[in-house]
Amino acid sequence: MEKIKQYRQGARDGIPIALGYFAVSFAFGMMAVTGGLSALEASLISLVNVTSAGQFAGLQIIFAGGTYLEMALTQFVINLRYALMSFSLSQKLDRSESFACRYLAAFGVTDEIFGITASKKDTPSVFYMYGAMSVAIPGWVLGTFFGGVSGAILPHAVLSALGLAIYGMFLAIIIPPAKHERDVAAVVAAAFFLSALLYYVPALSFISSGFAIIIVTVAISAGAAALCGDSGK
Amino acid sequence: MGVKLYIYIAVMAVVTYLIRVLPLVLFKKEIKSRFVKRFLYYVPYAALASMTFPAILYATDSVAAAACGFAVALVLAWKEKSMVTVAIVACAVVFIVERLI
Repeated sequence: MEKIKQYRQGARDGIPIALGYFAVSFAFGMMAVTGGLSALEASLISLVNVTSAGQFAGLQIIFAGGTYLEMALTQFVINLRYALMSFSLSQKLDRSESFACRYLAAFGVTDEIFGITASKKDTPSVFYMYGAMSVAIPGWVLGTFFGGVSGAILPHAVLSALGLAIYGMFLAIIIPPAKHERDVAAVVAAAFFLSALLYYVPALSFISSGFAIIIVTVAISAGAAALCGDSGK
Repeated sequence: MGVKLYIYIAVMAVVTYLIRVLPLVLFKKEIKSRFVKRFLYYVPYAALASMTFPAILYATDSVAAAACGFAVALVLAWKEKSMVTVAIVACAVVFIVERLI
């Protein structure tokens, strides 16, 4: 049956994603436990969010005791890109399938699952997404759990070094496009600069890290969109 | 942390799910605004960059070791190594540099 075929194909394509998720969420789990959460609490965050950058920023807000509004706004801004992906999928997904399926498929709109779904040659099916989700999401949650559990038994020197893992991943996402597209390079450089400015200038230090991410993201993206609006793709 | 933690998690999960589900079930027409499209295109890069720097420098015990890890990660990312490779090598650099200083 077509649905089962699509599901299997999605599950197979989800395997490399699950492996990558495991490694990255391992670092997330450790970071969460180091900050005082339990491994199960960290796993719960991973299970209900399935978003690396958003969870990482959320963790910082939890540790800093930020407001719920700050949390909501930070998640909104950082995860706003999913709206674009969901919008893109809303045009691409097979329209002969039940529309109600999309409420479940939406849960699996991540950078990677969107990537494999949107780049499929034939019309993507929600069952393809279900397949990818059923493999990738357990990878994300289990990685978090094992990271959280082993965080407590690993030597401090290893934990300190692993603090860089999530940033290494972020750089692997943003640098290659910056290499190929000058506007993206400018966005990355400007965001580094503005973020450092907000961090180091004493008069601006009242701005929490969560709001600093929002301010930098909105200001730089809007500025770049205004400047590159005519020449863009 | 208790109840407050679960409220945080609920806020995160609800906001994130709404962002994902609303465009998928509501938008039927294409967004025409070039500005909005470009803005959304740049958002992940600006967000990830602002989260990375300068926070990366304070993510380990030593700023010097973190700076070395940052530099190596930049080079590997520039060479388009995989996410996992960049992350693991950056951590290894920090581990080694922290042993040396």
